[in-house]
Amino acid sequence: MMRWKISVDKNACLGSAVCVAIAPDRFALDERQRSGPVQTEIDPDEMVRDAAASCPSEAISLVDTDTGRPVDLDQ
Amino acid sequence: MTVGSNPVKFTPALPGQPVPEIRTISGDRPVFLAELPDGRIVWLVSGYQNVRQMIIDQRFSRALAVAPGQARQGFEMFAGGSINGMDPPEHTRLRKLVASAFTSRRVEALRPRVAGIVNELIDAMLDRPPPADLAAGFSLPLPARVICEMLGVPAEDTGQFHAWSDTILGDWQRDSGEIMTALVELYSYFGRLIEIKRAQPADDLMSALIAARDDADRLSEEELTVMCCTLLIGGHETTANEINLSLLLLFDHPGEAAKLRADPGLIPGAVEELLRYTRLGNLVPARVTREDVQIGGVTIPAGEQVIPLFVTANRDPSVFSDPDRFDVTRDAANHLSFGAGVHHCLGAQLARVELQEAFRGLIGRLPGLRLAVPASELEFKPGMAIHSLRELPVLWDQP
Repeated sequence: MMRWKISVDKNACLGSAVCVAIAPDRFALDERQRSGPVQTEIDPDEMVRDAAASCPSEAISLVDTDTGRPVDLDQ
Repeated sequence: MTVGSNPVKFTPALPGQPVPEIRTISGDRPVFLAELPDGRIVWLVSGYQNVRQMIIDQRFSRALAVAPGQARQGFEMFAGGSINGMDPPEHTRLRKLVASAFTSRRVEALRPRVAGIVNELIDAMLDRPPPADLAAGFSLPLPARVICEMLGVPAEDTGQFHAWSDTILGDWQRDSGEIMTALVELYSYFGRLIEIKRAQPADDLMSALIAARDDADRLSEEELTVMCCTLLIGGHETTANEINLSLLLLFDHPGEAAKLRADPGLIPGAVEELLRYTRLGNLVPARVTREDVQIGGVTIPAGEQVIPLFVTANRDPSVFSDPDRFDVTRDAANHLSFGAGVHHCLGAQLARVELQEAFRGLIGRLPGLRLAVPASELEFKPGMAIHSLRELPVLWDQP
C-alpha cells in the first residue's frame, strides 16, 4: 500500500494558508502562521495533492515512501 | 447608541478618511450585524484572528454569495463566473491550472524584466520636464505590461481594457447595465485573442490555458475566457492603485521615505508595511455561511452574508504594536492584505516583486519625488470597489 510523506519548508512558507483551507485535516498553522502537516505520513489523498500543487511558494513536498520519488502534483 | 441584535449602520471610510473605530461603532463586539449603505444587512467580522479564521474556513462560501438569487452588484456581477466566486473543488481545479505561473520561484525569475520596465518608464518620464502624471505614466503601465507579457495580450491595448476593468471593478453605486456592457466587451475581446492564440500559440499563459482546454479538457471555453479576464484585471488594477496609495503614504511620511532612500535594502520590508497600512478598498466581497458557524463569540446562522474587515486585522494591536504608526522597519509580513485561504491573492508574489522594483526605481532615480498639487486636490474615481486615483501629478528635482 502506497504512502505519502508530507513535508513543509517553513522558511519558504508565506502563511497564505491555501493548504489549510483546501485540506483542513491535513495541514495546520503554527503560532507564527506557518504551515505544517498534521501527520507526516498518510495514505494518498487528492486534497493533499491539490494543496501541494496550489501552494504559492512551492513549500509543500510529497514523497512516495515506497520509491522515495516526489509525487506528481500535476494530475 | 443602542447595542443589541439591531444592525449597526456602517459606512466604509473613503480614501484619506481615518479608519473607523470599529470597536466604538459595534459596542466592542468583534462580530456584529450591520446595515451597509446599499441597504444590505451583513455580519461584519473584525480583529486579526477572527478575520483570518473566517477567510480560511470553507463554511464561509464565496460561491453561495454570488449564486443565482443573491443580489449581485458591482464587481460581484463579474465574480460570479470567475474563480473569485467559486469554492473548492471547482475553484481548486481552475486555480491549479495557473498557480504554477505565479509561484515565488517563477515570479522571481521575472524580476529583471520587471526592473527593466520600471527603468523604461522612468526614462520616459525623465525625457520631459516635470510635472508628470505618475498614475498614467508609471503605476498603470508597469503592472499592465507585466501581466500582458505573461498572458500574451498586446500591451498597446492597455487603454481599452483598463477602461473596461475600471467599470467592472464597480461598487454598488455603479450602474449594472454599464458593468454588463463592459463585461460583454471584455469577453468578446478575449474571445478574439483566444482564437488568434489558438492558431498561433506562443510561450505565454494564454497559450498554456488554451492547451489545457483543447488537449486535456481541463476547463470549458467560458472558463478559459473568464480566467484570462480575471488574470488581466487582477494583474494590473490592484497593483497600479497600490503603487499610487503607497506613494501618497510615503509623501505623507517623508522621514520614512528618507530611510528607504538611505538604505534601499529596507524596501522589501517596507512593501509589506505599505501593504499593511494602505487601504486598497474598504469592503471585500461577502461570503455566505453554509451552516451555523461560531466566530468571535457569536453564532452566525446558515445563509447569512458575512464580510471580513481587513483593516481591523491589519491594525490589530495584538499583532502589530502601535498599529496606526506607519513604520517601514517593522515586521509586517503577516498582514492580511492578500487575504488567506483558497482565495489568497494568486498574484501576491508578482505584486510584491512589482512593488519592490517600482519603489527601488522611483526612490533611486527620481530624487525629491513629491506631489505637484496639494493632497486635498487629488480625486478618486467614484463608484469603484477599490480606491483608484484619477491622476497623481508629481514633481522631482532635476539634475
